Amino acid sequence: MSFSVTEPTNRTKWFAGIAVVLYAVITIIPLLWIIATGFKSPEDAIAYPPKVVFEPSVEGYVNLFTSRTRVNEDAMAELPPAETWYEELVREKGQTISGPSRYGERFLNSVIIGFGSTILCMVLGTAAAYAFSRFRVPLKDDLLFFILSTRMMPPIAVAIPIFLMFRNLGLNDTHLGMILLYTAVNLSLSVWLLKGFIDEIPVEYEEAALIDGYTRFQAFYKVVLPQAATGIASTAIFCLIFAWNEYAFAVLLTSGTAQTAPPFIPTIIGVGGKDWPAVAAGATIFLVPVMVFTILLRKHLLRGITFGAVRK
Amino acid sequence: MANPVTAAAKATPEPVAQKIRGLSDRTIAWIFVAPTIFLLLAVNIFPLIWTIRLSFTNYRVNRPNNDVEWVGLRNYERILNDPDIWSTMQATAHFLIWTIVLQVLIGFTLAYLINKKFKGNDLWTTIIVFPMMLSPAVVGNFWTFLYQPQIGLFNYVVAFFTGADPSSFSMIGDVNLAPWAIVIADTWMWTPFVMLICLAGLRSIPDSIYEAAECDRASKWRQFWTITIPMALPFLMLAVLFRGIENFKMFDLVVQLTGGGPGNITTLTSIDLKREAFEKWRTGYSSAYAVILFVTVFGLAAIYVKALNKVKER
Repeated sequence: MSFSVTEPTNRTKWFAGIAVVLYAVITIIPLLWIIATGFKSPEDAIAYPPKVVFEPSVEGYVNLFTSRTRVNEDAMAELPPAETWYEELVREKGQTISGPSRYGERFLNSVIIGFGSTILCMVLGTAAAYAFSRFRVPLKDDLLFFILSTRMMPPIAVAIPIFLMFRNLGLNDTHLGMILLYTAVNLSLSVWLLKGFIDEIPVEYEEAALIDGYTRFQAFYKVVLPQAATGIASTAIFCLIFAWNEYAFAVLLTSGTAQTAPPFIPTIIGVGGKDWPAVAAGATIFLVPVMVFTILLRKHLLRGITFGAVRK
Repeated sequence: MANPVTAAAKATPEPVAQKIRGLSDRTIAWIFVAPTIFLLLAVNIFPLIWTIRLSFTNYRVNRPNNDVEWVGLRNYERILNDPDIWSTMQATAHFLIWTIVLQVLIGFTLAYLINKKFKGNDLWTTIIVFPMMLSPAVVGNFWTFLYQPQIGLFNYVVAFFTGADPSSFSMIGDVNLAPWAIVIADTWMWTPFVMLICLAGLRSIPDSIYEAAECDRASKWRQFWTITIPMALPFLMLAVLFRGIENFKMFDLVVQLTGGGPGNITTLTSIDLKREAFEKWRTGYSSAYAVILFVTVFGLAAIYVKALNKVKER
């Protein structure tokens, strides 16, 4: 092994490793607690002292997807026998299932709006980024700064006129309205990130293609797009995560048909009080996909969160 | 830029050149950029101009039949003379300063330690990053559970280490503790952000500088203050800029966590603005409020970016 003055000593590495692992373990506990609470029974969830070891239960998940009513014992005795395992589980608590909950719809709304806005944002963003990267656009720097500055406005501040505008156009509480809004919010991120990625592709490839008789359009989608695929994919995931997590616009501009999961999950209540296992179950289903995406993204994470200002 | 293609194209007669290039580059540039600019104008700039216009009126969304009067600067006067607004500004300042201080201290320390390149540092970095990628509203809502007196995990852990009774304090119900409850949750969530940027800064410092310092027999302590800190400073400042803007706009996490309470103690400006605009429906007044906030963020950010560029030039 070669000796280097800048290589930390083994003791330093051990100390650093232990400190970082300790922090990581502490920081991950709230997340593990969410997942664990989702599998607790309501009694275990609010036990004192907080239960680390418990008997797993799917009650939280059943409660998340159903709405229930309390039934007294006499009425319960007259009911026909439970047909499904989850009906039985609910009846043990003196309740019956009165129908599905709204969680499924809200989750689906998140998927539709998230993917819809991401696709639209990538189409517009890639084109704009390509133009900014390759052509002489008048006022280029000003336009780029303008695109970035749109991100500085507090969402609540722009929400007032957007609310009025959407109401006049009939876009309030619609999927289309939310898709357009999230696309506009995410465009700054996608244009800045994608411009960085496209800047890194040598111009010579396109020039060769143009000499071979390709038109600009052909050169763009046959040469540049495949080269930028990784960049486009990671930018898309960033846009998706943003739209997925967004709360302020969602809570102000949607109430029913187009409401996404983030404003909905905190409003989940059980029969007679806050049903924490159901909330935690809803949160788990909602958060775990993002954790998976984070692992996929880890190489481009820094670039994404700084709008491409810092590249590793 | 003179590239061979345009040069070649210029040499050929115009109709042929058209065929080679398809549409002209200029046209393509406009076709590619226009939709983005149009959407941003429609969803960002047009509303902004509308906000500014509304800010000079007494318009109320919930009373569409009332006459809309032009009130000049009265909304602005009332906001700037309103003691409640100054108390929300104070709450925001408390939140902003403490989150930034804590996140910079912890984030930089973590980055410094991770940069010691111990085995498995990539894996642990990814784990540390998780909180900041998640939905602040959903996570904030769950933190209210962690903060419950008696049954909450946070109270239990604090009680375990201090010996206090876990039901004797309520992080979100107590006027003295609530401002810290939101600082803790935000720090938990966003420290990884500062850490990642600092890590990039530390990794950008070439080994050769340390080697040279080693030859000059500079102590590790001296190396830290004269090499590490100055060279990582632009990155650190960038992290502060991002966190500053984000936390000035803070809404989702805090509104779920405390809802601005108890009383108005954690009512940050965005939460106050939301109440004025969407609960009291004072549209004109809240538009003026929004303009003031926007000018503040923009002004502060502009000054800060100037300072940042100066540091970078050094």
